[in-house]
Amino acid sequence: MTALLRAEGVTKAFGGVQALQDCTVEVEQGTIAGLIGPNGSGKTTLFNIMTGYERVDAGDVYLGHKKITNQRPQRVFALGIGRTFQLTRIFPRLTVLENMLIATQHGSGRARNPLARAGGRAERRRALGMLEFTGIADHAGALADTLSYGQRKLLELSYVLVADPAIVLLDEPAGGVNPSLIQHLAGRIRELNAAGTTFLIVEHNMDFVMGLCGHVTVLDYGTVVAAGPPGIIRSDPKVLDAYLGVAEEDDDAGAR
Amino acid sequence: MPAPGEPALVVDGLVSGYGGGDVLHEVSMTVPEGGITCVVGPNGAGKSTLLATISGLLRPRRGSIAFRGESLVGKSPRQILDAGLVHVPQNHSLFRDMTVRENIELGGYTVRDRALIARRLADIEQAFPQVTSWSRKKAGALSGGEQRLVEFARCMMLDPALVILDEPSMGLSPKVLRSVFDAVRMMSARGKTILLVEQNARAGLRLSTHGVVMENGRVRLAGTGEQVLGHPEIGALYLGGSPAT
Repeated sequence: MTALLRAEGVTKAFGGVQALQDCTVEVEQGTIAGLIGPNGSGKTTLFNIMTGYERVDAGDVYLGHKKITNQRPQRVFALGIGRTFQLTRIFPRLTVLENMLIATQHGSGRARNPLARAGGRAERRRALGMLEFTGIADHAGALADTLSYGQRKLLELSYVLVADPAIVLLDEPAGGVNPSLIQHLAGRIRELNAAGTTFLIVEHNMDFVMGLCGHVTVLDYGTVVAAGPPGIIRSDPKVLDAYLGVAEEDDDAGAR
Repeated sequence: MPAPGEPALVVDGLVSGYGGGDVLHEVSMTVPEGGITCVVGPNGAGKSTLLATISGLLRPRRGSIAFRGESLVGKSPRQILDAGLVHVPQNHSLFRDMTVRENIELGGYTVRDRALIARRLADIEQAFPQVTSWSRKKAGALSGGEQRLVEFARCMMLDPALVILDEPSMGLSPKVLRSVFDAVRMMSARGKTILLVEQNARAGLRLSTHGVVMENGRVRLAGTGEQVLGHPEIGALYLGGSPAT
């Protein structure tokens, strides 16, 4: 079976820092996959490479059989890979609905002034429908910067979903979000997944990742140290080493 | 001054955070006089928030912080420095375009007594011979590990009673980590009480006499460094699935 999204042997350095070293990560179609690892292990760099925000030094990225290595972000998005960011990227001085109407313009050919007519009736309906789904439709008329942190994340997710991507990459969706909103978000992800959307999620909230994902890949110092179902990952000593670190006295024993 | 091993810093029921939310939920912990106390825990546990609240960069919403019996709550960062607590922050905090010597001298900015400054500089030269050998170099030209040592040397300009270190191992290779931790041990041997936060939990706890594990704004485990390191729950606190979470 071909993976829907696959990074193969990806290597990337920033100056002297080796962010990723021969990294292979696969996401099967129809799954919710997780990508975890301690701070600085390379998770966001891998996301950036998969979505065209960074170029690889070596290796390739495939969407199905199609090689998409080093494509520009707009192209990657158009091909069906949506993503959210650790720090949300929305237009704070536009209303929630206006933010959504900008998203509905994607793929409609010529760029128009999205605010001149605030979108056609069908676009508005579609945008509102998505906001209903994510649960922030009550705020459609509010300026985006009045939203709570968690609500902004829901807006960004709504924005990405409008393009109907085949796979959505979420970068720390639960970070800084209150527990009830996290539950809500998990429910929405499950529902979308049941309807066919594939997910790859970077997250530090372990209960969220382990509860949601069928397959988890663990990065440490830019390499994959483990991959498998959550139950296996949780009890893998290599994963524990990645998170707890290796004591200085141990390094002669060949740890790193 | 408390006897060695007696509580030097006592944090009780501390609630603190940014904006609308609380990050720390009634955190209570003690830092024993003369010891090295290491706080570990997964991302978002509240470790850096705890340090920022102790050093007065963030005002607590509830709870108390006392150092050697004196309350620190409501004091300015400057007053807390004067009380003998010096915080070495997580991010590179040196002035890159200034020399190592100038950076260290700036550590004594709040000291007015020139004779005292000279004496402390002499102490630092003795304690950190390596750092002294870099005196004329620009701080920005040093490696990450070397910069950490300069930051340590700089904080000694205030002759602190309590040295607070936020993730001294960050970004360091195991070999460099050892030299940085050796410097922590050296400061401890010179009578400094040390409180550090570490992402490398195993290395940090092994270095320390006392350990505290935080998770989600709460203290989950506390004990000697060894007890915490060997606790069967510690893995679950990082990877989830613990009955305690």
